Amino acid sequence: MRVNGAEEKLDVEPWVSLADLLRDRLGLTGVKKGCDQGACGACTVLADGTRINSCLALAVQYDGKEITTIEGVAPHPLQEAFVRHDGLQCGYCTPGQICSAIGMLAEHAASGADPAALDEAEIRERMSGNLCRCGAYNGIVDAIKDVTR
Amino acid sequence: MTTTETERATAPATYVGKPVDRVDGRAKVTGEARFAAEHHYPDLAHAALVHAAVARARITAIDTAAARAVPGVIDVLTHENAPAMKPPPKFSPLDLSTFVSATSVNYLATDEVHWNGQPVAVVVAETPEAARHAATLVRPVYQELPAVLDFAAEEPNAVPQKGNLLQESEADKGDAEAALKTAPVTVDLRFTTPPYHHNALEPHATTAVWDGDRLTVHEGTQNIAWLRKHLATRFGVPERGVRVLAPYVGGGFGGKAMVWAGTLLAVLAARAVGRPVRLALSRAAVYHTVGGRTPSTQRVALGADADGRLTAIVHTSVSRTGRIGGMPEPVTAATRHLYAAPNIHLRQHVVELDLLANTAMRAPGEAIGTFAIESAMDELAWELGLDPVELRLRNEPERNPVDGKRFSRRLLREAYALGAERFGWRDRDPRAGATRDGRWLVGMGVATAYHPTLMLPANVSVRLGADGRVVVRCGLQEMGMGAATVQAQIAADELGVPLESVRVEYGDSSLPDAPGAGGSVQTASIAGGVVAACDKLKRMVRRLGRGAPGTYAEILARAGRDHVTAEVKANMPVFMIRTLLERRRLVKAACGVHFCEVRVDRDTGEIRVSRWLGVFDVGRIVNAKTAASQLRGGIVMGLGMALSEETLVDPRTGRIMNPSLADYHVPVHADVPHIDVHYLDEPDPTMPLGLVGIGEVSIAGVAAAVANAVRHATGVRVLDLPITLDKVLPG
Ligand code: FES
Ligand code: FES
Repeated sequence: MRVNGAEEKLDVEPWVSLADLLRDRLGLTGVKKGCDQGACGACTVLADGTRINSCLALAVQYDGKEITTIEGVAPHPLQEAFVRHDGLQCGYCTPGQICSAIGMLAEHAASGADPAALDEAEIRERMSGNLCRCGAYNGIVDAIKDVTR
Repeated sequence: MTTTETERATAPATYVGKPVDRVDGRAKVTGEARFAAEHHYPDLAHAALVHAAVARARITAIDTAAARAVPGVIDVLTHENAPAMKPPPKFSPLDLSTFVSATSVNYLATDEVHWNGQPVAVVVAETPEAARHAATLVRPVYQELPAVLDFAAEEPNAVPQKGNLLQESEADKGDAEAALKTAPVTVDLRFTTPPYHHNALEPHATTAVWDGDRLTVHEGTQNIAWLRKHLATRFGVPERGVRVLAPYVGGGFGGKAMVWAGTLLAVLAARAVGRPVRLALSRAAVYHTVGGRTPSTQRVALGADADGRLTAIVHTSVSRTGRIGGMPEPVTAATRHLYAAPNIHLRQHVVELDLLANTAMRAPGEAIGTFAIESAMDELAWELGLDPVELRLRNEPERNPVDGKRFSRRLLREAYALGAERFGWRDRDPRAGATRDGRWLVGMGVATAYHPTLMLPANVSVRLGADGRVVVRCGLQEMGMGAATVQAQIAADELGVPLESVRVEYGDSSLPDAPGAGGSVQTASIAGGVVAACDKLKRMVRRLGRGAPGTYAEILARAGRDHVTAEVKANMPVFMIRTLLERRRLVKAACGVHFCEVRVDRDTGEIRVSRWLGVFDVGRIVNAKTAASQLRGGIVMGLGMALSEETLVDPRTGRIMNPSLADYHVPVHADVPHIDVHYLDEPDPTMPLGLVGIGEVSIAGVAAAVANAVRHATGVRVLDLPITLDKVLPG
């Protein structure tokens, strides 16, 4: 598995989730866990550029894949935009929101859809798998809009 | 109030008032910020809890053999073999740290089960997977005991709630019931609200490390200092040997204010196995071991004359606590302050159930109490055929309605005027169900927000280095409010130095003690300490310079000093006496108004919130950016409370049936429109720098504003939260 550009040779039990592998064994604690059951998006990472909930993924299934966590995206304009638009409070959902937004923007671009169609309502719809209990949703949407301009 | 405070509040500021980016933003967007479960120690072991599956019982046997046989399991602790903790201290006003005993249960020191979900064993293993798996194999045998679990059924047995020094439980003025009988226009409504859970996105987690009698705990807590004292008491070690670290807390909302089972059991397990232990609760374990908001039933009856002037207000409530502890919720608290009336009757009752202790959740009392009073006011406006904004203005009090105390500051009239204008309130068609947009019925609602302002003393030290760098040290806790950012802004202005040269150290119990983050007290309390420490520092530097001019750096250099440090220490007894004296004559609060627009699908009853505007009278704003986020956050949580959130408790077994983010629905991106936030930015003359706390006020009134908008859109008055689509569909 390649993680944030580096080759990792790992020996893991089949029941270890990708989230636990990244957090506990590789020390990539930018991957957060809010529910461990695919309901909150805090554990979102990119697998070959596609956003996934790493808590629902078994690590062994991602053998040979390229995994990118928040630690591997920097510097990304979204990070700075999140700070400027205050798209965060406690910060616990933030890495997941940013990884999810990166994946979402790529999905949208790959679909050949008109970039202008990515308005606030569309961003909200596409980001609804990432919960923010602090309620920083307005700032998050503003930050995403900002980088698409 | 002192003159210096007033002068400061109006003096020009360089950073206070500016929308500065939060100082910890970078750490959070890069993944560098480490939360409680993210600290690594060599030899770290992992723990998982076993929860009771019955509501009340004695454990007659507990079989741990299968769990112990799982490879990697180090130990299984039960009441049969766990080292004993000291019992939780009872609350005493002489030692406020006793406030954090969340329940009276001494975990693993008793064979008694007090609620369904109580931890009855802890498994410690080499990996989290092994601990979690082994926990499922522990087999307790119960002798079940009768349990009282059904809130609705117990309501008739409710007993009067006790008040305390800071919070009266009831009020009587005139004869409200008699006035109701003779009032030309009345409403008399019964409301219900369900239990709610905080669901901070970071589940509670503890990493505990013993070194002899010394203990280090990484914990997402809202109460660093009180947690340290509690742990020292429970484990019988000196307080100075206990260190609590909480630089990042992934949301709290009241759920991380008290000390719950997971924290204690992680520390206990670490002591028992002689290794560092991490206990990261699963989401379900958070529901089973950390209390939530009480359900309530409420009656609001209002009487008015034909012009809409209130003649009687009755607001009564029943809420619950656990038999093993919990906070009686001050449900009718806001009604003491909202509207003028010659006759007022307020009562709060409580039932004790065999459930986990309830606890404070964002604006305890006001959040659910304002749903009832502000819905009833709206219904009264319908009865009168009066604009609900106008009804509120006609009843806006000059003095505190229940006792005639003065308000330190109150700008609700201005808030209503500004909000109505910005929202386009007057352009609406006031008739119910008259505004349509295709299949959507469109309605607008309005409601008042209110939350009392409190302060506690804080210890702060400020160090000025010869290099011009300033370090503010204070054991404050940051769970997203922007606390460190605003204190840095304040210190920079007080000392007249660039913001970049100020660093705030926080989130560590070895720093000077600060009050917990709760009750919206933190920002103003610590600001008071920061201002005092900066004043003291400036005096010290002036003395060093013997009156000769020069910059700080020059004065320090001339005096041959590498740094100067000023410390302020709170005098708790004096502070409490002053607070109590002030409260005899003055009422202080944060308040505001909400305006919203909802759309209800004519056929399916689906409810969408399409516009929101809030105007807040919350004293002086230090940072318009972080303040707006906090106010929006409260509104978002209020939207969940109004429309989708509800903890389902099985009344037969006491088991929470939806302990997950998949089944308990918090608002998502698509549920939240742009929220327009305005401030009146009028300093409170009685508070440090004119600040009042803003962490809770904005959730108050939200559910009522939504309910009122739904009433306008559909003609249906929903009295029972959450407002799900089945409740608005005809028949
Ligand atoms: S932790 Fe993976 S979705 Fe919540
Ligand atoms: S910033 Fe706290 S959950 Fe999103």
